[in-house]
Amino acid sequence: MKSTDSTAPSTDLLAVSDSVLATVDLVVRYGAVVALHGVSIHVAKGEMVALIGPNGAGKSTLLNTLSGINRPASGRILRNGKLAHVPEGRQVFPDLTVDDNICLGAYRGGSRDTAPMYELFPQLQRLRKRRAGSLSGGEQQMVAICRALMANPDVIAVDELSQGLAPLVVSDIARHLVELNKQNGTAVLLVEQNAQLALNITSRAYVIENGYIGLEGRSSDLLRNPAVRAAYLGGIR
Amino acid sequence: MTAFVEYLLTGVARGLVFALLAMGFVLIYRVTRVVNFAQGAFAIFGGLIAYSLLNAGVPHGVSEVLAILAAALIGLVFGIIAIGGDVPLLASLVITIGLSILSEAIAMLVWGTIPITFSGLAGHDFVIFGAFIQRQYLIVLIVSLVVFVALLYGFGRTYFGKAMSACASNPYAARLSGINVKKMGLIAFTLGGALGGLGGVLVTPLSPITYSGDVSLSITGFAAAIVGGLTSPGLAVVGGLVFGIAEQFVAGYWSPSNETAVALALLIVLLLWQAKRAPVGSLE
Repeated sequence: MKSTDSTAPSTDLLAVSDSVLATVDLVVRYGAVVALHGVSIHVAKGEMVALIGPNGAGKSTLLNTLSGINRPASGRILRNGKLAHVPEGRQVFPDLTVDDNICLGAYRGGSRDTAPMYELFPQLQRLRKRRAGSLSGGEQQMVAICRALMANPDVIAVDELSQGLAPLVVSDIARHLVELNKQNGTAVLLVEQNAQLALNITSRAYVIENGYIGLEGRSSDLLRNPAVRAAYLGGIR
Repeated sequence: MTAFVEYLLTGVARGLVFALLAMGFVLIYRVTRVVNFAQGAFAIFGGLIAYSLLNAGVPHGVSEVLAILAAALIGLVFGIIAIGGDVPLLASLVITIGLSILSEAIAMLVWGTIPITFSGLAGHDFVIFGAFIQRQYLIVLIVSLVVFVALLYGFGRTYFGKAMSACASNPYAARLSGINVKKMGLIAFTLGGALGGLGGVLVTPLSPITYSGDVSLSITGFAAAIVGGLTSPGLAVVGGLVFGIAEQFVAGYWSPSNETAVALALLIVLLLWQAKRAPVGSLE
């Protein structure tokens, strides 16, 4: 383990057993390149966890591995509930309508009724018959989140919520995630380059660098951590 | 007037057969983004297998259905070969061209080089505006319309159809939503095979087919599919009808030997028009 500093042991077995989602010493390779070097994280029921780190650190690789798109070379994934993944860049179905996009989130089973989603994001209601490809980035992000929520997940992993979106739009969507977490108890794993945003709305966080978890701890502690401030918060407001 | 009606109605029937092939192109493209150039081979196999079954004494109806099922199976096998491995899209496309050539060789070995036909269902021809129309044309009309409505409904309105469209629209997101993209692609190839087989079974009583007939069927079917940008089933039907009717008018009023040339000229014009309007496969 290369954990340089941690407020809690990286493989806290008690925490792992109590979580909706956890990885233990996860290693992922792309050919000869090792993308993740023994990554251990966990997300407790109803918890909001951030995963911050620079471009290419392995954040998206971790999420894609959790979703079964990538296969781990070694290590374990423990899932104690349903995971839904909002991928980087939204990844809506551009030629399908907003309603069809959202509806397909229930492909694995469950209710296909999209009405609750329009209650959550009322601005999507009038766009429901529009092609998702014609929507703005923020609207597409809402569609992608709704699609993930249709799976009725216990934990939702959001990859780069803020990417390419105006700050006001980001804070609006982030507020929805927090509300969702409070009201439904849906756990959130938020992957972000915007560390300020991620640390502000989550309770716990991991810092990932070059495929290693470098730091982990309470988000409020990390916000004050000099190393984190220098690396991720220095240039931001 | 009589000749006009005859050309028009036979053109419509042939156009519907082209449309069936075009629908196969659209279906497979919409799910896999592969242009399946072996589409015409499904029709040839459908027609040839039905011919052999009828010759073996299998009754009408049963022979045709079995031939369509066989074409569906061939579609599945072609699908496994073309998209089963983790190969790039362009490789899949080239594989379908190879499969089309292989199909011709197999068809020639098994059925020989002489044009083959069989009579359609027995029954009287009928007269419309003084034109004698074979009963087979009516069968083509009814069967293909039923299939088109079923496909348009199935693709556009059902949950399964939307999930199939999602595969081509964004394969990665489809996988995240739990859709088995590869399986959907193979289902599309199987349905494409059945559509081609149906086209072959319907067209063989109208005009004899040979082992190498798949190329012209593929080209015309592809041209019809291009009308809808390879993604719109409805416009593909329109395209099929345009080609079928144009072909019959050219053959009737001018010369049958100009049929193919006119179809190809129309295809080029259409491709140019499409390229100006919106690139093939684009979202518009």
